Amino acid sequence: MTAPATTPATTPDLLYSQEEEDLRAAVRDLLADRCDAASVLARAESGEPHDRTLWKSLAEDMGLAGLLVPEERGGQGAGHREAAVVLEELGRAVAPVPYLTSAVVATEALLACTGEEAGRLLTGLASGRTVGVLAVSLTTAPGDTPRTARVEDGALHGEFTGVADARAADVLLVPGEDGALYAVDATAAGVAVTPRVSLDLTRPVDTVTLDAAPARRVADDASGPVGRALLAGAGLLASEQLGVAEQALTGTVGYLKERKQFNRQVGGFQALKHRLARIWLDVVNLRAAARSAADALATGSRDADVAVAVAQTYASRVAVHATEEAVQLHGGIGMTWEHPAHLYLKRAKADSLACGTPGRHKERLAELVDLRGPSA
Amino acid sequence: MTDASDLRRRTQELLAAHPPATTDRKAFLEARFDAGLAWVHFPEGLGGLGLPRTLQSVVEAELAAAGAPDNDPRRIGIGLGMAAPTILQYGTEEQKHRFLRPLWLGEEVWCQLFSEPGAGSDLAALGTRAVKDGDDWVVNGQKVWTSSAHIARWAILIARTDPDVPKHRGITYFVCDMTDPGVEVRPLRQITGEAEFNEVFISDVRIPDDRRLGEVGDGWRVAQTTLNNERVAIGGTPVPREGGMIGKVAATWRDRPELRTHDLHQRLLDLWVEAEAARLAGARLRQQLVAGQPGPEGAGMKLGFARLNQRISGLEVELLGEEGLLYEDWTMVRPEQVDFTGRDAGYRYLRSKGNSIEGGTSEILLNIVAERVLGLPAEPRTDKDVAWKDLAR
Repeated sequence: MTAPATTPATTPDLLYSQEEEDLRAAVRDLLADRCDAASVLARAESGEPHDRTLWKSLAEDMGLAGLLVPEERGGQGAGHREAAVVLEELGRAVAPVPYLTSAVVATEALLACTGEEAGRLLTGLASGRTVGVLAVSLTTAPGDTPRTARVEDGALHGEFTGVADARAADVLLVPGEDGALYAVDATAAGVAVTPRVSLDLTRPVDTVTLDAAPARRVADDASGPVGRALLAGAGLLASEQLGVAEQALTGTVGYLKERKQFNRQVGGFQALKHRLARIWLDVVNLRAAARSAADALATGSRDADVAVAVAQTYASRVAVHATEEAVQLHGGIGMTWEHPAHLYLKRAKADSLACGTPGRHKERLAELVDLRGPSA
Repeated sequence: MTDASDLRRRTQELLAAHPPATTDRKAFLEARFDAGLAWVHFPEGLGGLGLPRTLQSVVEAELAAAGAPDNDPRRIGIGLGMAAPTILQYGTEEQKHRFLRPLWLGEEVWCQLFSEPGAGSDLAALGTRAVKDGDDWVVNGQKVWTSSAHIARWAILIARTDPDVPKHRGITYFVCDMTDPGVEVRPLRQITGEAEFNEVFISDVRIPDDRRLGEVGDGWRVAQTTLNNERVAIGGTPVPREGGMIGKVAATWRDRPELRTHDLHQRLLDLWVEAEAARLAGARLRQQLVAGQPGPEGAGMKLGFARLNQRISGLEVELLGEEGLLYEDWTMVRPEQVDFTGRDAGYRYLRSKGNSIEGGTSEILLNIVAERVLGLPAEPRTDKDVAWKDLAR
């Protein structure tokens, strides 16, 4: 048996600290006030799917964009456990803000870079005043080699599809074919961000086209920063999926207590009670798996790769199932545009492709815990 | 953490006074009980020190490191997990002092006479009758699904003492002497071929009134203590990664590359992930208990455990290919203890079918989660205000 198949030497802390609960309460209050389902739905079809005012409150006023960044680099000096709690709440509200993409993925990439330019960008991202996006497809899993840009006379050329939140970005981080990581201003000449009509209305994807885009080198070797960014993104995405699943369950339970058919509350029918109880059991397990991944990232555990792969594989199944059940158990109204159940279904389904599909994470796991397939 | 360091000191003193290497097992266990290190959450004088239950792990860790003998807890699981907490809560001083020490030492094995052929999920409908006769109760009836009855000295028994009131109110809780000539234990053979369980026929068994636990007619409430402790016991000890059923099939997978197929590979990885998530949920539950924040999460642990065991062992039989067509041995034996992950894959597959039935069926547990955790409406009840004798059966 190889080492990662064994239990990690230290047990991860799977609970929430009082500070984390306080942080959750503050984020939940703000979202209850400013990000109700009706406004998310209305915004989804507007020309501007991202809620910049909400982002300013979360990122700048509450300082949440800098949770992963040490104080000496302009951040809050918290960590992955706290960022995971924020993502749970953002998932619960399917909030249209670029937190995962900017405050987690792009921030993690820059944290792995040294040098003045990276430092300057990091401070901007940590303050929330700058939104940064790593120009790789949202489907990229940890360990994947993302597409790179052609580098010519210090300028970048290439097309990047499936980039989440690119239209909200001020700066794009782009891996170059020379192995380096570059920063490109989104408003520079030679940069085109083309919005795509996206399955997930609250985290849309875009095509980024670079045609002699002026670029600044932030790292000579992109592999470290990109690998770290993808691992953290995958690991913390599980907490967002937890929030999505939990809200799908809570909303469905609430509705089935009110809805009456056959002169009874629909939630009293055993066939439905059992389905809801099973989702609750899945959510209990998902919470443990998501906390395990967040804690492993926070502590730099040797077990982080396994913990993230487990959390991602499990979270995708649970969140998709919970949101599919939510649509079904709401009956006719669950199929309507006006009811928010579809926002959760779309987020959950897109999340199951994000940062690697469950199948991709299982492939990684097969290597990590020495359960290799037939031909390997 | 002064309690923990004090416990460590007490345990080291026990080990110094009775070195496991040179001390007789029985003498060591007696000394441990009398030092209050048997179950630290029990009162002083009854094997404990009146400390929080979570501190028991401190004692266990010290004793395990020193190679001390244990009381073979799996053999006496019903006594430790169900009878003892009930006796502690409802027993008289005399009953506590008579029963708890030999129970913990394993000198007297206990079994549980609750389920009946006509009262499974609806346990409160039980029909075994107890009729007062002088200072005794005369008991008649049939119990079933009784593990350890063939080696038990005592049983916890619930019987109907008043058929004229609704079912939950007419039950009384007793300690039954399994050596009474009116107690007949017959092996009940299961789908595994083993007779791990028994059926117990009770004919004119006389139980003195001083072996009653709790008040007459209050047996249902007393039984809740027993049943709640049964569910607490599951998920009590830390499980390593690949502990339990998944470890068996993972080991076979690694050792036997010729058995691998792509389909089995995907299913194995799915189950590995689910087993790991369930393991983490168990670890989280323990952390909540230690931190003094018990949540409702425990309610579901057994449900997940049953389903996983069944799916994993099913996969294992399939993985074995032609060997999966074989079975180790159908001979009827009467094992003294159960090992869900023991014997061969076929046994594990068949035995795990019981996991979703014993200790509350999965269907009943899903009702409990839906009603008590999610607050969904209770099942319609037609039996609440009907005298037991008038119920449909």
